[in-house]
Amino acid sequence: MSCCAGGAEAFIAMTDPAIARQEVLLASHRVSEGLLQTDLSVPGIHCGGCIQAIEKTLGALPDIEHARVNLSTKRVTIRWRGSDPPPFIETLDRIGYKAHLFDVDGDRKDAVQGELVRALAVAGFAASNIMLLSVSVWSGAEPATRDMFHWLSALIALPALIYSGRVFFGSAWQSLRHGRTNMDVPISIGILLATGMSLYETFRGGEHAYFDAAISLVFFLLIGRTLDHVMRERARSAVKGLSRLAARGALVLQPDGTRVYLPVNEIAPGMTILLAAGERVPVDGRVTNGRSELDVSLVSGESLPQPVCEGTQLQAGTMNLTGPLTIVATATARNSFLAEMTRMMEAAEGGRSNYRRIADRAASLYAPVVHLTALLTFIGWMAAAGDLHQAITIAIAVLIITCPCALGLAVPMVQVVAAARLFENGIMVKDGSALERLAEIDTVVFDKTGTLTLGNPQLVNADEIAQEVLALASAIASHSRHPYSRALAAAGNSQMHAAFADVSELPGFGLEARADSTIYRLGRREWALSADQAPPVSERSEVVLARDGVYLAGFHFHDSLRRDAREATTMLKGEGLSVEVLSGDREQPVSELAGALGLDYTANVSPLEKVARIRMLTAAGRKVLMAGDGLNDAPALASAHASIAPATAADIGRNAADLVFLHEGLFAVPQAIAVARDARHLVRQNLALAIGYNAVAVPVAVFGYVTPLIAAVAMSVSSIAVIANALRVSRRSIRPEQDKIAHAGRETPSPVAFGSQQ
Amino acid sequence: MIDFLYLIPIALALGLTGLAAFLWSLRSGQYEDLDGAAERILFQDDNAE
Repeated sequence: MSCCAGGAEAFIAMTDPAIARQEVLLASHRVSEGLLQTDLSVPGIHCGGCIQAIEKTLGALPDIEHARVNLSTKRVTIRWRGSDPPPFIETLDRIGYKAHLFDVDGDRKDAVQGELVRALAVAGFAASNIMLLSVSVWSGAEPATRDMFHWLSALIALPALIYSGRVFFGSAWQSLRHGRTNMDVPISIGILLATGMSLYETFRGGEHAYFDAAISLVFFLLIGRTLDHVMRERARSAVKGLSRLAARGALVLQPDGTRVYLPVNEIAPGMTILLAAGERVPVDGRVTNGRSELDVSLVSGESLPQPVCEGTQLQAGTMNLTGPLTIVATATARNSFLAEMTRMMEAAEGGRSNYRRIADRAASLYAPVVHLTALLTFIGWMAAAGDLHQAITIAIAVLIITCPCALGLAVPMVQVVAAARLFENGIMVKDGSALERLAEIDTVVFDKTGTLTLGNPQLVNADEIAQEVLALASAIASHSRHPYSRALAAAGNSQMHAAFADVSELPGFGLEARADSTIYRLGRREWALSADQAPPVSERSEVVLARDGVYLAGFHFHDSLRRDAREATTMLKGEGLSVEVLSGDREQPVSELAGALGLDYTANVSPLEKVARIRMLTAAGRKVLMAGDGLNDAPALASAHASIAPATAADIGRNAADLVFLHEGLFAVPQAIAVARDARHLVRQNLALAIGYNAVAVPVAVFGYVTPLIAAVAMSVSSIAVIANALRVSRRSIRPEQDKIAHAGRETPSPVAFGSQQ
Repeated sequence: MIDFLYLIPIALALGLTGLAAFLWSLRSGQYEDLDGAAERILFQDDNAE
């Protein structure tokens, strides 16, 4: 229930259409005079037929200018006129597609990616044409032709280097200004010196020009850089696509009795909010009227719905389940529980920002060594031959040949391939450093509700209950959205039973159904049974079914384990990791679950205590992976060395986590760790390859035997070797039937699986 | 050698044309929905603009 299927999707259909329109209006943005654009995320789109159906149906609605489906991102862009949004969500629902409102930040496209691709295209054009000219120079062109070709090369190379090289120069300059070095510093120095020397050689009609080396260096590195960016962007947009229909606004009752729909951040303390069943509490508040039950699992980890009545304090982010409530806001959105979690997250992030990427650590060793070698070469040749021009040429050749190319590709290529492998398995990696950190993990801390468990209850004792009684209970339960009712409705065959004359829900108590003169009650024991009835059941059953106050059956529920939880935790322990459970839920369910999985546990933990526990483990020298989903886990996710969250997690938790897994099974955790370790192994191999290459090439360069031909061949060979090695990131999946599951995900698109299907 | 010199501007011009075509297709959003484009070709466009 935390987010997934039912709740979020049904939301807009269940609320008052007028409010739903207001929501749509808030999420739309203006394109031009009178023309508005709304973006919808429609996870059910999966073929050309869907495109046709959706575009035709929407196009036929009045006021709609244009509706365009994007199959790759499973989104629909609708442009419409008028002040009232056309009913596109209802229309889509009618033809069988669930649509979620989707916030895009204006019409801004990913500027960085566009710039990288354009830089890559320009570098590719320049590199291929310069190579064409260089081949004839290498094959021994006459001096006049050679000079002309050098001039032509310079003409192509200079603008291309300025345009495409900006990516590296900018980043190198930033880093130098802050007194650090990164991989881009030696790269930029190499490119600039090679170009400078080649220009000089061209002016004086010299024999060797290295334009080809300089531009192909840029080209190769841009390939790595662009792939890296595309991979991260894909993961990020898939994660963004999961953004749930969070409360964008709420219906506010004004003093004069009128109702207005206000965006969340305009709600001030003291305002009266009308909250329908199925809505999330927008800001912290106090109940003034009504009775209901709240799903607080995302906020505190508590798995049981909490009854609320007049006077109860509510935390923003909890979900109202059964009855309408009138609440008075006690804080603005900025001061609500959610914002407090954000502040704690920011405070907790210290540990991770100290982490330095492998590539940067390698660069800080590599750059001084290379630059010193070039300097020594220069001094050596000056001392030996005394020819300034020759000494400079050879020193620069050393810089070119020690090509940061292989080093610049060694790490990102492996991480790109590893992330693509994880993506195939439904695991999104936010960036490369997450993979590096994940490989170092030695402790895994799990949250309970929503992470180890699915966060929605299941009926445990179905076997003990007679078929027809279960069918009766299921028929009554199908009228409610309380998690227990849903579990009951799913457990029995409600079709088996005749319809009831009247079913009503009493928030906080249960459901009452009438058939002829009999009254059935399904709900709390004290309410369902008449006072003189002693229930002949164990204390365990949470829900009782009674006929005219006489006990019929008791139902016991249990939060169901996430699939593969047992195997995954066993596997983690088998790898020598220490695994523990840290939950905000009560002692009893946590100990039951931890006992069943054979894990250590701590129950009743506040968000701050979760962070404290992780700090303690970190101080003891452990590298902690936090796996959690709730709002209360977000600070812990941010403070751990690495973090992973299921796709069903609260938005804020998903944003805090390094990795997000889309499939239901918990195998994602050991799988991610295995791939990260595999990647670390290959990164080290690649670095060794690059160093080995340098060990061979540097002496050749130092003794002055390098020509542009040798430089070009050596650079290409080393880059290709490193890329080929990166492709070896294991394709093996630790779950043998993974293919089957990926396939099933395709057949039944659900909001949690749609990002993985490309 | 000098006889083949005219090939150089032709080669460069072809390369530049390719580059310009690519940049144009990028700008006009032809890479936005690769999966969708593959499917759309199968359907008749009856509300052609």
